[in-house]
Amino acid sequence: MATAAIDTHAAHAGGHPPTSTGLNNTKIAIWAFIGSECFFFASLISTYLIYRGRSLVGPFPHEAWTDPATGHVFPAILNIPVTSVSTFVLLMSSLAMVLAHSAVVRGDRKSSKIWLAATAILGAVFLGFQAYEFTSFVHEGLTIHTNLFGSSFFILTGFHGAHVTAGVIWLLTLLFIDMKRGLTPEEAINVDVCALYWHFVDVVWIAIFTLVYLIK
Amino acid sequence: MAADHSHSTTHDSHGDASAHEHTHPDWGTYKWVALILTLITALEVWIYYIPSFTATKLFVPTLLILSAIKFTIVVMFYMHLKYDAKLFRALFVGPLVLASFTLVGLLFLFGHLKIHF
Repeated sequence: MATAAIDTHAAHAGGHPPTSTGLNNTKIAIWAFIGSECFFFASLISTYLIYRGRSLVGPFPHEAWTDPATGHVFPAILNIPVTSVSTFVLLMSSLAMVLAHSAVVRGDRKSSKIWLAATAILGAVFLGFQAYEFTSFVHEGLTIHTNLFGSSFFILTGFHGAHVTAGVIWLLTLLFIDMKRGLTPEEAINVDVCALYWHFVDVVWIAIFTLVYLIK
Repeated sequence: MAADHSHSTTHDSHGDASAHEHTHPDWGTYKWVALILTLITALEVWIYYIPSFTATKLFVPTLLILSAIKFTIVVMFYMHLKYDAKLFRALFVGPLVLASFTLVGLLFLFGHLKIHF
């Protein structure tokens, strides 16, 4: 009897039982997690900025460097055009994500599958760009051991890439569920929580793109 | 993809429903947000390639302001913080402000930022 009452209430509330705040606990949890992630990425960005310009040997991000021992000239390592395209891809993935959430809320199963798949694909494309960038940096002589720039750059962007990877796996899981049995509007909170994580990953990249890539 | 994407979601509400019920933006809003984000990104990259501008003191503040605008737009519209409960705003903005102050404090501590009297 009591369970039935709670279920009825939950159905009215949009799929979650009564809470002391009146808000969905899952959503509170993801916002608290995102808050903690702010500290995590702030510490990584701080480290990058503190070590900025303090590398004793190249390659450097924005200017060429000649190795005094070999005379080999290392060009500026950052590839702004490629990173600009990958930034655009990540921004568009956020658009696909909000459209996926909107489709699930409306109960539009066809659109939800399309937009969830689009978001995951765009996330994977971003990761492809990052893999290309990391590989080309290593070929050009910059590894995590080369200098302070290499260490802080690979740690910062690598952790961001790990977050994108986790997001893509999350999206693929939702897509699998949607294809298997369909995500109902009552389950929209599951997509909403994933969307909040995905958009956070996007805003972190907005900061990284400016602080690491554009500011000389 | 018409304007009927506009909807009310009540998944955060129970009890005092009016306090938490919110409306998410529609497809038109999302489209404009995506366009604005793209244009700002293009502007950022464009000014990066203007040597006469990158040499000025305005270069870094301009990029930081443009980045902050993009950040705010995504958080307000895509993360729905503009429409959601105030508790979510507090859970995000509180740590963000604290983390930002920590970042700036560390930059002062390590001599990257200085105050000239």
